Amino acid sequence: MATYKLTVNGQPKEVAVDPSTPLLWVLREELDMTGTKYGCGVSACGACTVHVDGVATRSCMLPISLLGNRPVVTIEAMASDPIGRVVQDAWVEKDVVQCGYCQSGQIMSAVALLKATAKPTETNIEESMGGNICRCATYVRIREAIDLASQRLT
Amino acid sequence: MSTATKKQKTQLNRRGFLRVSATAAGGLLVSLYLDRPTAAQEGAGNQRQQPPAKAYPPDAFVHIKPDGKIHITVNRLEFGQGVHTALPMILADEMDADWSQVVSELAPAADIYRDPVFGIQMVGGSGSIAHSYQQYRELGAKTRAMLVAAAAALLNVSADQCRTEASRVYGPAGKSATYAELAGAAALLPVPATVKLKNASEFRLVGKRIKRLDSRPKCDGSLKFGLDLQQPGMKVAVVAHPPVFAARVKDFDDKEASKLAGVRDVFEIPLAKGSGVAVVADKFWTAKQARDLLKINWDATGLDHADSSQLRENYKQLARTEGKVAKTVGDVKSIANTAAANLIVAEYEFPYLPHAPMEPLNTTIRFDGDSAEAWAGSQFQTFDQMAIAQVLGLKPEKVTFHTEMAGGGFGRRAVPDSHVQREAAVIAKRFRGTPVKLIWTREDDIRGGYYRPMHAHRVEVAIGADGFPSAWRHVIVGQSIMAGTPFAMMMKDGIDPTTVEGVADTNYNLPNLHVSVHNPTINVPVLWWRSVGNTHTAYVMETLIEELAARAKMDPIAYRRKLLKPDAKKLRAALDLMDTKSAVWRRRLPAGHAVGFALHEAFGTGVACAVDVSIKNDRPKIHRVTIALDCGVAVNPLTIESQFQAGVGFGLSQLMAKGEITLKEGRVEQRNFDGYVPPYIMDAPVTVDVHIVPSAEAPTGCGEPPVPVISPAVVNALTKLTGKAYRSLPLVDV
Amino acid sequence: MQSNRRGKSGSTVAVILAFLFSIAIWSTYSVTSGQTTRTTRTGAPARLSANTQQGLDAWQQMYSVLTHPRCINCHTATNYPQQGDDRHRHFANVIRGPAGKGVPAFTCHACHQEANADSTGVPGGHDWHLAPLSMRWQDTNDRPLPSSAVCRAVTDRRRNENMDGAALLKHHQEALLVLWAWNPGRRPDGTMRTVPPLTHDEFVAATQRWVDAGTPCPR
Repeated sequence: MATYKLTVNGQPKEVAVDPSTPLLWVLREELDMTGTKYGCGVSACGACTVHVDGVATRSCMLPISLLGNRPVVTIEAMASDPIGRVVQDAWVEKDVVQCGYCQSGQIMSAVALLKATAKPTETNIEESMGGNICRCATYVRIREAIDLASQRLT
Repeated sequence: MSTATKKQKTQLNRRGFLRVSATAAGGLLVSLYLDRPTAAQEGAGNQRQQPPAKAYPPDAFVHIKPDGKIHITVNRLEFGQGVHTALPMILADEMDADWSQVVSELAPAADIYRDPVFGIQMVGGSGSIAHSYQQYRELGAKTRAMLVAAAAALLNVSADQCRTEASRVYGPAGKSATYAELAGAAALLPVPATVKLKNASEFRLVGKRIKRLDSRPKCDGSLKFGLDLQQPGMKVAVVAHPPVFAARVKDFDDKEASKLAGVRDVFEIPLAKGSGVAVVADKFWTAKQARDLLKINWDATGLDHADSSQLRENYKQLARTEGKVAKTVGDVKSIANTAAANLIVAEYEFPYLPHAPMEPLNTTIRFDGDSAEAWAGSQFQTFDQMAIAQVLGLKPEKVTFHTEMAGGGFGRRAVPDSHVQREAAVIAKRFRGTPVKLIWTREDDIRGGYYRPMHAHRVEVAIGADGFPSAWRHVIVGQSIMAGTPFAMMMKDGIDPTTVEGVADTNYNLPNLHVSVHNPTINVPVLWWRSVGNTHTAYVMETLIEELAARAKMDPIAYRRKLLKPDAKKLRAALDLMDTKSAVWRRRLPAGHAVGFALHEAFGTGVACAVDVSIKNDRPKIHRVTIALDCGVAVNPLTIESQFQAGVGFGLSQLMAKGEITLKEGRVEQRNFDGYVPPYIMDAPVTVDVHIVPSAEAPTGCGEPPVPVISPAVVNALTKLTGKAYRSLPLVDV
Repeated sequence: MQSNRRGKSGSTVAVILAFLFSIAIWSTYSVTSGQTTRTTRTGAPARLSANTQQGLDAWQQMYSVLTHPRCINCHTATNYPQQGDDRHRHFANVIRGPAGKGVPAFTCHACHQEANADSTGVPGGHDWHLAPLSMRWQDTNDRPLPSSAVCRAVTDRRRNENMDGAALLKHHQEALLVLWAWNPGRRPDGTMRTVPPLTHDEFVAATQRWVDAGTPCPR
């Protein structure tokens, strides 16, 4: 056990956990922020994607001991993020979700993509979203929602 | 406020009655009992005080709150298919409720929420809308009738002078009252024995593209799935499952595991078959680490050690012999005398497939000695509640069973032996008073069995002078899903209908057809996988039909049209619509692209599909899919469009290069999404346009019917590009 | 911890740079003379100087390291990295991206941190990235290039970020991702990843001999 100070969605937090604990489980079980999902635990599905120092990161693979003082932003903060809000609205407008379990991760990836690439091409979307599994396979509408958000942001 | 005062009941259908009551909070509750209570119960009920609104088991479908909110209870699991929105639409439409005020709630396990057709509370067979459409319409209409009657009394007019819209009853001369205002009075009125349902032209919601009610909370992280459940003092459990199915723990060493801070207990537990070792800890990560440190000796002596490459060979040989006869039409003797040039002999192979829903399997249970509470995303609430009760030594009604929103399922949460809930109950029993959440890790899920069974097909088709099949002999080999479960009663003459559906009941006119089945027993648990037998039967039928059309040098759409039985109306309508809608892009295919088709009816819904495919990086690239379908009344065309757009993507699981579960010496070789790879965004179609045949017939399923058509359509296009036949899945090489 | 490491490596760099400067002048001459003595204009094999032969032997040792999965998995000719001792394509559709660091929203840093994450089995190191395509050591079918082709890639200053022998030696001595190959951490199943066939010291010594011999390349 060790104590870690971290900043999540702008809020200072302190947790006492084993240093090996992945950020995902710190968020879910220590901070009760369950919007970030466990899907595979091996970074193959992207359901656990958060932003660490602005970089879309698979939180299931990041032991808390390697986080350092980098700020963490999760799906719970997207409604107050200017791009995050537009992406969420596009998701709702396009009725993207089905089971919805992967969509926190999809949205976190989409926001990171749009922050770097305002007008993503079909290839950009396939590459940048290429590590996020949607088992319902809502991919057609995910593409449409990213396009819609992109239009609104530019 | 008004306390329990009066109860009315009336015949809703042959085996149900409606009960309406005021609630302590002043609202209106409408209930439906599917089974008539005994006389004794009726008597007791009449004298009893009204139970509070949240009593368990609950009995309401509609609850009008004083603030105008209308809570509608959904007697199903929501796991993506959209019934959390569509069932309330049906009820709210007949009720003329203000849709913006409707709140949808998933029903816990209770008798009144049983599927009216299957008789248990469940989601399966794509029956959520098909089986509850009439039920929810009547509930809505009767609720509306009582509100109108109350308004008529209040406004001193006759009921037929009133009209309703957006949770308000309007009388003549501009007088009106809201449903919330009327609820208390309405609760005192008798429930009408019969009501007139709306004409389709009067629908305000049904048939409209209504957005899902669960979108926003699924986009902002606030929606709680079963795995997200937190309870005060809750512990987390993981289980080390045997490496060979049904093996038992010989002995185990937990010295290292138990040293970890936060580990509460490590103990052997019985499984549905064999045994395992449970680890209970304060947190998941601790439990998982502790499990990794266990040293377990397993006893797998005497158990079948399945080996998938060996099974493939065995199945292939078995398919060359006749099995139990599932269907005979005419006779197929002519095949023996058919010249090779007029004969197709096709042998197909299909692997084990995991469902791998995104939300790993889980169940939380708190055992309180004489009762228990459970939380699970379940497709089989009735069975799962019974299983937990059995393990805990309780009556089922003593187990309060909450249906949690589930992150996918595809059949994996409809398990006749309730093995996950049994594990959770065994563990919870040891922690009386403490909620324990059992989590199956992704590795547990991928290696845990309950797969779509492996199959082999062997088909011999004699081709007549007209280019159409003159005789068709079909042998299917695969484990039975129903045998050994309560569903075995649905088997007739030893034939599991889920093995042969899509072949034995083909909609093609095959004048001489012989279908037989081998159901070997293998030590690998199997289960229905979204669209069940149609996953493999449609693939075989539709690749062969396309091959036959090519041999006959006929247009594949025209060939199908001619071969369809006269009464295959839905398929014919879907085929015609698909033909029309895809005609333009089919004429303008770029070089290197090809079009493939498939046509299949499943769960009462006819589906036709055309795909535009090229080959990119040695994989099929699916540029476009046009789907046409006939599902009767389309309750929510937006949801149906989504189901089909994404359902075809799910169906492509079958074509992924690493889309299979293999076993070596009884052990599953894949561990996670790196070994079993489902479709990612680049594997799915870029666009899917969905067209619904207009219909006034009763609605049929839309959850499973998208799945069967896509794989055969894609490989039919590939065959045009490469000249190869694709008869072995997964699609390792294009 | 970080600043300590930097301080230490900073002083080491100064010493090594001073040492290497003299070698660099010499090896430039050596490369030129070495190449002219190795072949005749007709292409017939020529007698190699003892020094060049030693260099070529050293290169073969280096080649055994460079083609080890811990090194070559990130020197692909394709748009993806590899992983594992069987050098399979990286899972989950990880791709190279314009700078060898992935693409927006899906960069190497989505998983690979500044250090190995042994509890989750992800290798890590500073500035985790793929070698540029100019430094590919494989063909497009994921087969390692022959020794001569790898050597040409390594010594071609238009392709190797303008590194001469001295710079190559320094790269092998100090580059953090090179050093990582000898400290590759644990796999997700908890076992240790394999390391190259030479120790890092042996690898640096072989590079030294090769540079001393004028960075000769086999034909």
